[in-house]
Amino acid sequence: MIALEGNLAVAEAMRQIEPDVVAAYPITPQTEIVQKFAEYVANGQVRTEFVAVESEHSAMSACVGAAASGVRAMTATSSQGMALMWEILYIASTMRLPIVMPLVNRALSGNINIHCDHSDSMGARDAGWIQLYVESSQEAYDTTIQAVRIAEDPDVLLPVMICLDGFILSHAVETMELLPDEAVKKFIGQYTPIQPLLDIDNPVTYGPIDPPDFYFEHKRSMMEAYPPAKQAIIRVGDEFGELTGRRYGLFEEYRLADAEFGLLVLGSTAGTAKEVVDVLREDGIPAGLLRLRCFRPFPNEEVAQAVSHLKSLAVADRSVSFGGFGGPVFNEVCSALYTAKKKIPVVNYIYGLGGREVREEHLASIYEDLAVVASNGRETDTVRLLGVRE
Amino acid sequence: MASLKQLATMPERLTGGHRLCSGCGESIIVRQILMGTNHPVVVANATGCLEVCTTMFPQTAWKVPWIHCAFENVAATISGVEAAYLALKAKGKFDRDVRFLAFGGDGGTYDIGFQALSGALERGHRMVYVCLNNEAYMNTGIQRSSATPKGTFTTTSPVGSARPGKREQRKDLTACVAAHNIPYVAQAIPGRWNDLVTKAQKAFDAEGPAFLNVLSPCPLGWRHDSSLSAQITRVAVDACIWPLYEVVDGEWRLNYAPRQKLPVEDYFRLQGRYQHLFAKGNEALLKEIQETVDKEWDKLLKKCGGQVWRERPAPKTAEATAQAAGAD
Repeated sequence: MIALEGNLAVAEAMRQIEPDVVAAYPITPQTEIVQKFAEYVANGQVRTEFVAVESEHSAMSACVGAAASGVRAMTATSSQGMALMWEILYIASTMRLPIVMPLVNRALSGNINIHCDHSDSMGARDAGWIQLYVESSQEAYDTTIQAVRIAEDPDVLLPVMICLDGFILSHAVETMELLPDEAVKKFIGQYTPIQPLLDIDNPVTYGPIDPPDFYFEHKRSMMEAYPPAKQAIIRVGDEFGELTGRRYGLFEEYRLADAEFGLLVLGSTAGTAKEVVDVLREDGIPAGLLRLRCFRPFPNEEVAQAVSHLKSLAVADRSVSFGGFGGPVFNEVCSALYTAKKKIPVVNYIYGLGGREVREEHLASIYEDLAVVASNGRETDTVRLLGVRE
Repeated sequence: MASLKQLATMPERLTGGHRLCSGCGESIIVRQILMGTNHPVVVANATGCLEVCTTMFPQTAWKVPWIHCAFENVAATISGVEAAYLALKAKGKFDRDVRFLAFGGDGGTYDIGFQALSGALERGHRMVYVCLNNEAYMNTGIQRSSATPKGTFTTTSPVGSARPGKREQRKDLTACVAAHNIPYVAQAIPGRWNDLVTKAQKAFDAEGPAFLNVLSPCPLGWRHDSSLSAQITRVAVDACIWPLYEVVDGEWRLNYAPRQKLPVEDYFRLQGRYQHLFAKGNEALLKEIQETVDKEWDKLLKKCGGQVWRERPAPKTAEATAQAAGAD
């Protein structure tokens, strides 16, 4: 066991992965990752070409160039940094480049705010990246390692974003277990690229102009990668479980099977929610939790199945879809339930924006509300704000 | 420098049949640049005419590895390619000696790609960056860029009753790049192939970033006869509007000075984009442009020591002298 901040745990995973190229730029609260990695480079602990770029846009562009060349490429960022990468996120996924990127979740400007919410990653939910949200720093470390395998799976070949809550995880010290270097190297294995740019004798053209005749088919072929991605996430999570005893999947059910009132959350809030569930259970309240780990691809059938027995469900969103009906997670869950013909009352809670603390009493109040929602049998006041002043 | 005959036998790395306009400077420049090295080359391309016209899926005109990512980031993209190459080399997984080449238009280089270019130059990636400078956003339909000279007609600096074309001076990007203190920087034209191929060779040989700013005629945007493309660039040089020079490890070298400096009018008369300058009422503007060109030329002459650079002959050694004597 070792005590580490989330950022340093991620940096440690990156040291063990030892990507061929890391191109990164500092931004709060991600900075420690890039500076720790620069230290590994400076001390000769990794044989990585570290490209200290002049912006996140160039970080992702350099990762695209490197990954297309046929090597393992990584970067890490937060908030505005990923907003600046936006354009290139889509190009990375369309080129089917297995880039791995820890994203330390931070609210998007404006106004400028350096604390946690999910507006950065949720905004990029349609960019074609696999998105895995972690609950703890241990999971951030574990998932960074797994992400390499998931991204490089021949049936997947998609970039992966590991979303960890800014400050709450990135700057909090947690005791955790690390794998020996050799175990990580063995787990991720050697990378064999398909049609790399640096295959000089077999030249390929990457990123041509795609006319209306072909663009749609290319998007279609990309869409076909997400069901296998779901399987790869489960497969790699299982294999990691055999190695470490820590098994991961698309989501985690916590006291959900026999629950009547369910809460669905992403990220570190699940830790607090588990505590709340335990307390409520002691009082005889049938509370349960679904902690969604994999938001992209969205496990619609699996989630619908897992919550279908509930009397009522609350979906917590740590971001806003301005002008939309509820947050992005709520939308996905409702679509999943509707198409699966699972008609249960669902309400949405927008919470924790810009690092607003979410306390046990906040989450306990959701379960109180859920009892009312269940007895009403209908969703009144569907989209609610949690922990905001009037 | 190889002879024209030798160059003509080099394998084509950009094949014909692409969709660039007749008389476009870009493919001529690209082929001349590619003649500058026998090493394998990986090409990165910014969004623009060259990218659009050479890679219409499912066809490609490129016989070398080629990547296009986006508009403003070709310097960053090639940085990543070069970094991957270095990583593989360091691990003994790659044994070829490859050169890295980036193409961007003036929009992708002077304007939107300026930051990525500056960053890549500062980081010292070994790459040859070529700006295909046709002095406006031609791919989107002739909009002004910061490379567009003062007084030029473009669709976003149109000539109207209140404005005589672009009002601002162009950016001196070559000097901006030289200020990064990289090993090799040069200006060139496709109309002087010997100079351009030689500069490409020097750029590929430079052990660090190299930058070539090449004036690229655009019959559509400049409104000239497509048969005049090469000639127009030579007139630009003779009018001292686009001087041929290089900056080698910080030393400014003038490559050519016209025996008889041509008036800017001689260059402007060949192109529709400047015809308004000859209209009544624009005499002062035309005079001002000439004065600016003269002033810039004088500044360049000073930087270059007042004369055309001559390669110094290699110092004679005793051995070489003896050999020469023996040969007699």
